[in-house]
Amino acid sequence: MMRYLLRRLAHAFFLIIGVSVLTFLFTTLAPGNYFDEMRLNPQIAPETLAALRAQYQLDQPLAIRYASWVNSVLHGEIGFSFAYNSPVAPLLLVRAKNTLLLTLTATVVAWAIALPLGVWSAERLGRLPDRVISWSTAVLLVIPDLALALGLLVLALRTGWFPAGGMASVDFKSLSSLNRIRDLARHMTLPVVALVLSTLPILVRHVRAAVADVLHAPFLLAAEGHGIPPRTLLYRYALPAAANPLVSLFGFSIGALLSGSLLIEVVMSWPGLGPFLLEAILARDIYVVIGGVLFSTIFLAAGNFLADVLLYWVDPRIRTESASR
Amino acid sequence: MASVLEIQNLQVSYFSREVRSRPVLSGVSFDLMPGEILGVLGESGSGKSTLAASVLRLLPPNGQVGGGAVLFEGKNLLQVSSEELRQIRGNRIALIFQEPSLALHPTIRVGEQVRRVLAAHQSSGKNDLDHRTREVFNRLFAQEADRILRSYPHQLSGGQRQRVLIAQAIACNPALVIADEPTAALDPVTQMEILRVFRDLREHLGLAMIFITHNPALLAGIADRILILYAGQVVEWGPAETALRSPKHPYTKALFESIPAGTGETEKSRKTSLPVIPGNSSPSSLPRKGCSFEPRCPVRMDVCREFEPPLVKLGQSHIVSCFKYKE
Amino acid sequence: MEPILKVENLTKRYAKRNSARTPQEFLALDSVSFAVSAGATLAIVGESGSGKSTLASCIACLEPPTAGNFWFEGRNLAQSAESELRKIRPQIQLIFPDSASALSPRWSILDIAVEPLVLQGKLGRKERNARTFFLLERVGLAADMAERPAAELSGGQRQRLAIARALTLDPKILILDEALSALDCSVQAQIANVLLELQASRGMTFLFITHDLTMAAHLADEIAVMSRGRIVEQGPSTKIVRNPDHDATRQLLAAVPRLPRSPWPAAQP
Repeated sequence: MMRYLLRRLAHAFFLIIGVSVLTFLFTTLAPGNYFDEMRLNPQIAPETLAALRAQYQLDQPLAIRYASWVNSVLHGEIGFSFAYNSPVAPLLLVRAKNTLLLTLTATVVAWAIALPLGVWSAERLGRLPDRVISWSTAVLLVIPDLALALGLLVLALRTGWFPAGGMASVDFKSLSSLNRIRDLARHMTLPVVALVLSTLPILVRHVRAAVADVLHAPFLLAAEGHGIPPRTLLYRYALPAAANPLVSLFGFSIGALLSGSLLIEVVMSWPGLGPFLLEAILARDIYVVIGGVLFSTIFLAAGNFLADVLLYWVDPRIRTESASR
Repeated sequence: MASVLEIQNLQVSYFSREVRSRPVLSGVSFDLMPGEILGVLGESGSGKSTLAASVLRLLPPNGQVGGGAVLFEGKNLLQVSSEELRQIRGNRIALIFQEPSLALHPTIRVGEQVRRVLAAHQSSGKNDLDHRTREVFNRLFAQEADRILRSYPHQLSGGQRQRVLIAQAIACNPALVIADEPTAALDPVTQMEILRVFRDLREHLGLAMIFITHNPALLAGIADRILILYAGQVVEWGPAETALRSPKHPYTKALFESIPAGTGETEKSRKTSLPVIPGNSSPSSLPRKGCSFEPRCPVRMDVCREFEPPLVKLGQSHIVSCFKYKE
Repeated sequence: MEPILKVENLTKRYAKRNSARTPQEFLALDSVSFAVSAGATLAIVGESGSGKSTLASCIACLEPPTAGNFWFEGRNLAQSAESELRKIRPQIQLIFPDSASALSPRWSILDIAVEPLVLQGKLGRKERNARTFFLLERVGLAADMAERPAAELSGGQRQRLAIARALTLDPKILILDEALSALDCSVQAQIANVLLELQASRGMTFLFITHDLTMAAHLADEIAVMSRGRIVEQGPSTKIVRNPDHDATRQLLAAVPRLPRSPWPAAQP
């Protein structure tokens, strides 16, 4: 067990290192930097600019910049934001919390819908309910996330049922804690719905396919022959047998929801990483960009690690395999 | 004595898009006494597995019962409600499937798999279920019952998995066990052990059993009576000793002759060609009318081509479907 | 006569798999030695896990042995380079329990049977097909079936196809690894006859690997009994089934299910 998990952990670690090197490379290779626009401003002397660049080590070779960035990561700063004139970490943390709230809620909701819907559909494979589900997931699949989010926004504006943006009402501070939660939930609804709708078709289709695959397995027929009730048959025999590919999909879905979330946040002005990163990219505030990517990678790796742990737990065959290696 | 199971004129067909429906069982009838082991002998395509599945209505979606009755404990299983049927499956009639490696759930501990069968039919508490599960494992595994109970199927040998399947089948003390090729995937030594388990169970639990196989030799020493299927029809049905030692139907005779002599092999008989049944019994090569074995039969007559042979009663309970015999 | 196949102290070790905390080794073959002369049949019997199939794949040059040597027509294949083995492999063909099911069911019977010749690329199209038709006929797959898809074949017919396919390259040794065990009795008899006929007409050598002592006694000149990776007894097949010396042989014999031709089996286990 420990060896398997340690190996997966090492995997995740190397992934994070690799991604950080690559993003560092690509962001610095991109033309221009934060101070380029100041050059056009006649009020700032070229000497001041050079001094600024030197202060932020932008005139140093790549390797040295990377080393000092790693150093700042180790000190919990994750680089320095030019625009905010502050270490990146605290800036990132506030927004990451909001993004996580959105992503994790969407993950839970999406799976909570996809599992029963997929199982239900697989059980009726080829019949009318299954075909309706197949069609509607196909339709959802071809609608771009952006159109989906905009459509929901329009709906919110027209009906006034939900706030059309932001994370809290103006009077949030004065609300009681129960009302605060209610207010937050109302603000979360639209972005979460948009996120869920964007991943739901993929999840439902995968659950349906995986369950349909095992539905005709001999051991299910055998269990039916032993008089196991239909519901138990579906949820405690078929689903666990189909779990292996779904667990991997679970890890992947966290990543997909995170990247989907960045877009939805921009559209629905959710104060998360999305708008923050966009702003930083436009301003070439490179350490913020790198920090954002680093955070996403860590989150993705954590999702996959979680999936590996789950896989170890649901499939005893993996345990034996890893013990034999 | 009243029979445990009576099958009357069972008709089953499979239909597919390309071909019109194809009969797999046409007019199969037999009965089974309490504590009796009936050996059902048939080669691939004879309908022997369909027979096992149709008793508990476990046919694949394209299988359809066209007529007949399956009478068990005063009910026709072809007509009971699905909840009633569920109560009978695994509880009163248990099935043992062919491949022990495929018939067990790969990611559930085998003890739990037996426990769930019990739980599906008994409303007793957790402790009772655990206790009964342990009891069943102790009966089937002389040693290490506790370790095996906690194992996953892939950690067990073929013989052990087969015993787990038997444990599932006998957990609820059924009146009838249907075993479909229960030893086909095992090597001879393990196969022998499993046959011994079956004999032992019959002796101690008094359950009736239908033992389905393609290997006639396996039935010697385990079956009381033998039913021989060819192309979905009963061609011969009689006491095991008579049917195995002196079979009457031309198909049964020819089938037994095609088996090498084994230890009876001599320098002279060795490496000589075996008497074979010409042709095959694939659906496309079966005749449209008359006796279905007629095209391959060494002693066929003109009448066989035109009419289906009647069931002829030879001895007290020896029945043959052939024009060669008269009552 | 010079044996066509000679095996000396063949050993195969595997790193043991399941449930072992400390790495352990598993001896699948433990210095196995035997010889087969051309045109003869050696049956290798034993329970599952006795090393029969490992032996088959070593001799078919699919797996290198850990130690020991074996000679095919005087050439030591255990010491041969891969390039040399590639030339030898067509002459030693291996047939599995259901070899032909691994082939595409959409291909026609002819396409499947002719494929090894196509891959070898020596003969022209006409010669290839003529030879294949001849072989299909020999194993009892009539010429009018040749264009049909393999999916239509029954289990017995598929196994005949596998044999015909193995024969296209004109092998000298045919290894049959439980090639008959899964088939119906009447089909086993048909294929056994095909094998005997091939041996009589072409002088082919068979290595018949099985747990079915009945068929082994019928087809083989000699039987070697394996147990835990070793050959524990070897001799003329009638001798082995009548006067076995080793306990493993006796155990196997006792487990053979028998039709009550002569006395009704009194000794029940």
